[in-house]
Amino acid sequence: MAEERRQKQCSVILPTESMKAMAESVGVGQLQEESCVAISEEVSYRIKEIAQDALKFMHHGKRRKLTTSDIDNALKLKNVEPLYGFQSQEFIPFRFASGGGRELHFYEEREVDLSDIINTPLPRVPLDVSLKAHWLSIEGVQPAIPENPPPAPKEQQKAESTEPLKVAKPGQEEEAAIQGKSQGATAADGKGKEKGLIRLKPRSTHELSVEQQLYYKEITEACVGSCEAKRAEALQSIATDPGLYQMLPRFSTFISEGVRVNVVQNNLALLIYLMRMVKALMDNPTLYLEKYLHELIPAVVTCIVSKQLCLRPDVDNHWALRDFAARLMAQSCKTFSTTTNNIQSRITKTFTKSWLDDKTQWTTRYGCIAGLAELGPDVIKTLILPRLTVEGARIKAVMEGPVVSNIDKIGADHVQSLLLKHCASVIAKIRPQPDNVEQYRTDYGYLGPMLCSHVMKARTQAALQAQQVNRTTLTITQPRPTLSVSQSGLSGSTGPRTPSIIKVPSSLTLMSPRPGTPSQPSPPATKYIVMATSAGTATTQQVITLSSSQSASPVTSTVPSATSTLQPLVKLESGSGPGLTGSRPLQKYIVVSLPSSASSSLEPKSSVIPTSISSTSLEAGMKMERSESPGASTQSPH
Amino acid sequence: FRAVPDDGGLVDADEDKDIKTEASNDSWGNNNANDGRLLSPSPGSSASAGSNKSAAGASEEQQTLLAVLQFLRKNKLTESVEILRREAGLPEDSLEPKGAESSGAGSGGASGGVDLEGGDASSLLTAGEDQPDVNVVLSAYSQQGDPALYEVYYSGLKRFIESVLDCHRAELSQVFYPLFVHMYLELVYNNHESEAKAFFEKFSGDQECYYEDDLRVLSSLTKKEHMRGNETLLDFRTSKFVLRISRDSYQLLKRHLQERQNNQIWNIIQEHLYIDIFDGMPRSKSQIDAMSGSLAGEAKREANKAKVYYGLLKEPEIELPLDDEDEEAENEEGKPKKKKPKKDSLGSKSKKQDPNAPSQNRIPLPELKDSDKLDKIMYMKEATKRIRLGPDNLPSICFYSFLNAYQGLTAVDFTDDSSLIAGGFADSTVRVWSVTPKKLRKVKSAADLNLIDKESDDVLERIMDEKTASESKILCGHSGPVYGISFSPDRNYLLSSSEDGTVRLWSLQTFTCLVGYKGHNYPVWDTQFSPHGYYFVSGGHDRVARLWATDHYQPLRMFSGHLADVTCTRFHPNSNYVATGSSDRTIRLWDVLNGNCVRIFTGHKGPIHALAFSPNGKFLASGATDGRVLLWDIGHGLMVGELKGHTDTIYSLRFSRDGEILASGSMDNTVRLWDATKAFDDLETDDFTAATGHIHLQDNSQELLLGTYMTKSTPVIHLHFTRRNLLLAAGAYNP
Repeated sequence: MAEERRQKQCSVILPTESMKAMAESVGVGQLQEESCVAISEEVSYRIKEIAQDALKFMHHGKRRKLTTSDIDNALKLKNVEPLYGFQSQEFIPFRFASGGGRELHFYEEREVDLSDIINTPLPRVPLDVSLKAHWLSIEGVQPAIPENPPPAPKEQQKAESTEPLKVAKPGQEEEAAIQGKSQGATAADGKGKEKGLIRLKPRSTHELSVEQQLYYKEITEACVGSCEAKRAEALQSIATDPGLYQMLPRFSTFISEGVRVNVVQNNLALLIYLMRMVKALMDNPTLYLEKYLHELIPAVVTCIVSKQLCLRPDVDNHWALRDFAARLMAQSCKTFSTTTNNIQSRITKTFTKSWLDDKTQWTTRYGCIAGLAELGPDVIKTLILPRLTVEGARIKAVMEGPVVSNIDKIGADHVQSLLLKHCASVIAKIRPQPDNVEQYRTDYGYLGPMLCSHVMKARTQAALQAQQVNRTTLTITQPRPTLSVSQSGLSGSTGPRTPSIIKVPSSLTLMSPRPGTPSQPSPPATKYIVMATSAGTATTQQVITLSSSQSASPVTSTVPSATSTLQPLVKLESGSGPGLTGSRPLQKYIVVSLPSSASSSLEPKSSVIPTSISSTSLEAGMKMERSESPGASTQSPH
Repeated sequence: FRAVPDDGGLVDADEDKDIKTEASNDSWGNNNANDGRLLSPSPGSSASAGSNKSAAGASEEQQTLLAVLQFLRKNKLTESVEILRREAGLPEDSLEPKGAESSGAGSGGASGGVDLEGGDASSLLTAGEDQPDVNVVLSAYSQQGDPALYEVYYSGLKRFIESVLDCHRAELSQVFYPLFVHMYLELVYNNHESEAKAFFEKFSGDQECYYEDDLRVLSSLTKKEHMRGNETLLDFRTSKFVLRISRDSYQLLKRHLQERQNNQIWNIIQEHLYIDIFDGMPRSKSQIDAMSGSLAGEAKREANKAKVYYGLLKEPEIELPLDDEDEEAENEEGKPKKKKPKKDSLGSKSKKQDPNAPSQNRIPLPELKDSDKLDKIMYMKEATKRIRLGPDNLPSICFYSFLNAYQGLTAVDFTDDSSLIAGGFADSTVRVWSVTPKKLRKVKSAADLNLIDKESDDVLERIMDEKTASESKILCGHSGPVYGISFSPDRNYLLSSSEDGTVRLWSLQTFTCLVGYKGHNYPVWDTQFSPHGYYFVSGGHDRVARLWATDHYQPLRMFSGHLADVTCTRFHPNSNYVATGSSDRTIRLWDVLNGNCVRIFTGHKGPIHALAFSPNGKFLASGATDGRVLLWDIGHGLMVGELKGHTDTIYSLRFSRDGEILASGSMDNTVRLWDATKAFDDLETDDFTAATGHIHLQDNSQELLLGTYMTKSTPVIHLHFTRRNLLLAAGAYNP
């Protein structure tokens, strides 16, 4: 428990420079070093005291995050007037700036144009608190519904499949035992496992409840049935439902058996449906398929390389199925290949071996090449490019030689376009610019000239894209999301699961607390004024008077008169450069920032600030801003 | 206020005064209790209660009374003096000599308080005024020693303790922490700041990890000025740290210190530590660790010796007119015959008086109204349909998620019949939902009420205003976050306690606030209705728990003794006792009748946030920020179990209706179920353990854990078993 969390007892105190800066801000010019030390110790102590009280409020508020209202309440306990006008935000970004050997952390707050606020429509009223009931457990077993977390999180499934002998975590073990108990017969088994010394791989039970059996039946029927709308729904369910873990073995058997039967019967449509099921299973963020790859991979590979997948190979588009299955294969290689199972290398070996075989049919040949090509440019470079000449000769033999059969011709044609499609982009990257047809012919044989034109096309396209990319980065990387949308729409977010406690999408979006104003999509350029002044000069004084009228003594913290809810927040931080001596007039950056909760009373204030600043300091501030801008642009999208 | 003598003047001076000012009012409350302030069902009961009290009241009570009289007189409250004197039956002249004596005999802090701050009673409550007392208290530190030698002394002792026999080492190691704190404070008090810092740096790492929080407070304290007004510190100062050490180990320590002439340490031990010496085997490290961790050490053994009537009160006999109804309702089951004998047996069982139960009228309880009887009948009907739970028969859990609460949900309560649910929020509102199809309706306005026929049979239905029917109602009135919430057993009222220092009573008929109970002045962390209604208890930041009756705007009892915030309060099922958990990491059990603290349980390593009595009244379960649930035997005053598993603060604990299952809900987003039957069955209650309180805890949490149910990022802040043993849980979904 606490042992690990034990930190060093910190006796950190505020730097005396801060005290000096604050003293200046209230018009005390020369503060003695000793007084600074004394004050900073006192202030540090009080701040810690208040923080401890605030924690108490956090605990009673049943939260993990400390909020500004907790601090307010803690101040109230001490009979100190709380700091009004601060709101807790999810994330308070502290910015960092440095210059002249000094460092500065500040809280960036943008200047808001009043008319903007007036003109923007009111934000939507937050949703009212509501109550929703669901079953967390039914007679000891947690139902797999979206309101509950997935029964076996992906990490656990992964751990189970990669390290099967590792002892399950206590909670899970219990769950397993409970499941055993509910089935009666295996109860004793579960008990023995808990107490016994022999560490057996926990026998996973795959009994399905009646509901699950019904669900399974419905889903499988819909997936291979004739109604496309129903199928889409079923696939959607497979791809998103969190409670399918228990049914996974059945699904994988269904798919592998289905492929086996339908390949023999050359039923192309069913094979496509089954492959779409595989895709859906892989897309489900709560499932980890590792344990079932031994069934799924053969099925997928069959769909890639099988000699015949349909009844009329000359008419039916079985090539699309091969492409789709090849993409699936590549995806599972990417996800599940490890150093122990070597999926990728084994698959690659299989593909190359049958490709190299002269007797291989054009269909299988196509599948092998597609399978390899989908594995990425590196595989294309090392395995496909060297074979282009040989393959070209073979294609030439079919295309230009005596007519053997129509099927062979179609096959050769497809292989040719496949090779051109995949190789062109790779060659465009690895070959130097001047694309000479003759050169290509000597390098790649029969396919050379065609490759050359494809490569040139690819190059122009790439150039176009690059231009586009360049242009977009200048603004904000807009196109990127749209690119990934197509993927994320299917696979869901790959990161943390989207909370789906309720199915109504509108309420979902609103539940996530939105930082900042939702009505403004792109934050306007933020302005802040940073002034570099030496201590006690006129400019500082001026700015400070603005704040000093409102700030009380440092201990009681800056409390404005209750009438004005707005108060300029003056953060003073001085750079404590390591090599600085105390005697040198210290330069300080003073950041005048205004709370984002600015109301209408903001206008006059913001108009005051610029007037009180000399032009030189403004310039400095602008310089600062400019130097900061790249950082700002990277930060803003999130 | 009777807690004051009980602690022997050890409560801090500030507290003491606080109590005394209140006492001037409260003393009437207590003494008049028998003739009017409490609801007394019969004159006989009040007489017996009175005699009970006078029997208990020894000369100690007399002393207290005199002290109170003296105080009142000082404050020129002559009328009060007169009344109190008459009540107590003291002769007029008895006050003079004895009063002087009592103030002389009183401990330093208390008498100092009375002498110095005699004038303005209200000013006593403000923090700044207690400084003279602090000086009195702190003056113990003024003894000067060579600051440089402190480290030598401490490390000398450390070396000695490390070299003693294993069996003594664990016991003697207990001395380290209090010694460390006192030596550090002594250094700080005498302005040896750098030495103090060095001392802290050098030895703070050696302390037990569960003192981490206190050490953090200490580390920030480096100046004499800081010692003023620091409450934690003041507590450490004024209450002696209690250690339990076997006689052998103690002798060993004593001999060592005397040999070395180590007076500095010896003085501290004498002055600031209370060593509770017992005969017998020294305790093992694990035994010590189980019991230590509280702010002021372990409880003294005597503190847990008082007799506690933990049995249940006899259920009132209700003539059952329900049989005919029953047949109608249950004819599909077709076995009303079977039910009748069952009910009879139930009745006969409750007729036997539990030897451990308090007498029926030990405290006056409100009489049952007709509606209460109806409710009891409903309860019994439901009880017959109750599912028998056990390890093989786990309850179903229905989870109520509060959506869109924006981190603002702070408290939840269900009514006993599970028809209503209430939530307290950080935005000062209280909301009530109906979870049955029956909507919430207000009573009609007075003008409309005049129009209805008062003689009609369905008058109760007619007074409700259909137009106001809705699924939820909002109660506004507090001016700060609501931290505690509790329904009355009859579902007519709702209590809420808030940061604004008040407890409010709301009517669930009109959905308006009826009373604001003021007295705490600081945030009130928790409140709860008595299981019999009428009384309620509240506890807050002012470290005092108060017992109130709904028809009195001032508290009937004040339970004072905790050294830090009272974080949670619970009534015993028989309403005669109140348990309070605190940030000082102790649980105290208070007698409602006389305000005495009858049990102090130590062992938690963090502030306690959840308490639950077992339905049979014998046991108490407590949960804290350390993520552990501890089980206590109230009768013997012993820790009987430790349930480890949660990884964050436990905010809710609840026993199933028959007591077989304990459910715990935590900030770590889980509900866990524990086998309570087994936990209490395995008890070793031989005489030795009972006598010494030294328990061997088995580490069998894993065997007792029956289930863990994760929620989807929803901390579990309330649990409730319905009358049929369905578990309801509630929390706010934090996306």
